[in-house]
Amino acid sequence: MNTTTLLIARRIGIAALTLLLVSVVVFSITSVLPGDAAQAALGQSATPEMIAALRAQMGLDAPAYLRYLHWLGGLLSGNPGQSLSNNTPVAQLIGLRLPKSLWLAGAAAALSVPIALSIGIVSAMHRGSYLDRGLSLVTLGMVAVPEFLVATVAVLIFAVKLHWLSALSYTPDTPGLGQFLRAYAMPVMTLSFVVVAQMARMTRAAVVDQVSRPYVEMAILKGASPARIVLRHALPNAAGPIANAIALSLSYLLGGAIIVETIFNFPGIASLMVDAVTNRDMPLLQACAMIFCCAYLALVLLADVFAIISSPKLRHR
Amino acid sequence: MTAPTVSSSADRPPAVGAAPRRASAWGRWRRRLSISGLIGLATVIFWLLVAALGPLLAPHGVGAIVADDSFASFSTQFPLGSDYLGRDVLSRILYGARYTVGLALAAAVLASSVGTALGLAAAVTGRWIDETMSRLLDALTCIPSKIFALVMVAGFGSSVPLLMLTAALTYLPGAYRIARSLAVNLNVMEYVEVARARGEGRAHIACSEILPNMIHPMLADFGLRFVFVVLLLSGLSFLGLGVQPPAADLGSLVRENISGLAEGAPAVLMPAFAIATLTIGVNLLIDSLPGRARRFAQGALR
Repeated sequence: MNTTTLLIARRIGIAALTLLLVSVVVFSITSVLPGDAAQAALGQSATPEMIAALRAQMGLDAPAYLRYLHWLGGLLSGNPGQSLSNNTPVAQLIGLRLPKSLWLAGAAAALSVPIALSIGIVSAMHRGSYLDRGLSLVTLGMVAVPEFLVATVAVLIFAVKLHWLSALSYTPDTPGLGQFLRAYAMPVMTLSFVVVAQMARMTRAAVVDQVSRPYVEMAILKGASPARIVLRHALPNAAGPIANAIALSLSYLLGGAIIVETIFNFPGIASLMVDAVTNRDMPLLQACAMIFCCAYLALVLLADVFAIISSPKLRHR
Repeated sequence: MTAPTVSSSADRPPAVGAAPRRASAWGRWRRRLSISGLIGLATVIFWLLVAALGPLLAPHGVGAIVADDSFASFSTQFPLGSDYLGRDVLSRILYGARYTVGLALAAAVLASSVGTALGLAAAVTGRWIDETMSRLLDALTCIPSKIFALVMVAGFGSSVPLLMLTAALTYLPGAYRIARSLAVNLNVMEYVEVARARGEGRAHIACSEILPNMIHPMLADFGLRFVFVVLLLSGLSFLGLGVQPPAADLGSLVRENISGLAEGAPAVLMPAFAIATLTIGVNLLIDSLPGRARRFAQGALR
């Protein structure tokens, strides 16, 4: 018990340190080219004096490390500054968009995890068979398909040819179930497509890795059925690696969301970030980037903690 | 698993009049490839040729407006239809492949070679350098690839060298991690101990003893990095943040023709399919490589 707590505390500490490093990286990349914020806010016709005054007012003439500390303090206290392009607080913009993205990611996860685990476990149970090889080729192909191909084909089939769904996703603030399904169906399908393939492959690998261990050979010699060997013997030991596979694949949702939200015009945080890049709206961009990195680290941390808790070896120490 | 195949084909006496050793090694390698692997190999060679010779093969100029109507469907005159301005989609793809394949190759070569060099250095030098490098690069992996690319484009603006550098930086930590774990394992092998006892320097040990034994898994890993880079850069171009007009890679072609989606124009789908054939082809090829190389490569993730 004591070792477990210690291990988990260590992981959390490392994650916090990593996040700090990430914040340094994000901040330095986005503030290497100086002075743009004041220039951008005032436009081309501004006199040098006006720009200098605004720079002083925005604190842009301070040394980089002070600006970084100021920014970090703002992030931690929930006030990551003012958006440059529409002059609203960044926190407010993100507050509007984040829940929608979370719904999208949640729905995609709820759809893809059961499918992927079934494919992965079934392939591992029948490894070497035609079913396994067929599934392996299909998932291998799916992993390499760009999201915008999946999205455009989905629009072509479901919106243009069949007229089941509308190509533009529109989400009223309190959607009914029908509206929710119509708005989310295609983005969720597209996001799940690649994630399912990746997760299924990693799950299969995790289970197969266990199946080649001596204790499984022992179970085979005892005469246990293939299904029992995988489900009863191998699966509990593969729980940690599978959790890892799920977390890594789900973290892929973060990147996939950028393309999917843009193509379906989905008002989420990923499309907000793309707009921020287009408008060179640095405060907004920095905050969005940090949210994505936080989400990624949180997923990896969760998987780590789960692996520590579920590992039979550590449990009995 | 693959070992018996190797030895049996190696033991086979060479056929009368067989080509010299190089050709038979190639033949052996080819025989070990599955059908899907051969399809993958053919696709990869096809795209490399297209990237090299595309402009020579293109029936029309890259910017030439040749069709009477936009978003035309397949026809004998324009095999892949016409785009939103009435340009020939086939020619646009043949030109665009040069950016997609060339940029991705350059970035993947950069990521893999620098990653391998750093991984080797970490394995043969002291613990302190190893720890520092591993921690720093680990922090870099915690920024999802597309997010990192967006931050870079926002910070420095989008240009071809920046895109290449961004993609290389994004996939460098993964290559480093694999190279390092391979090199650390090889570093404790007996023949390396022997070399060290002989008094060989670190550089010799890294380059002559360790590197040759990790080259195959690193090549498989390189293929995977290439796929990731293709997907990342075409994704960026699709968002309008990658290769900037008038230049266009395959991702840009999807973006500029997206308004033709409602009519089901081939101009939208064909460039996207082109990317998919390229990436799937590389994946099929890597998947059919012999065991050890593949296992290492498949641990990686986009």
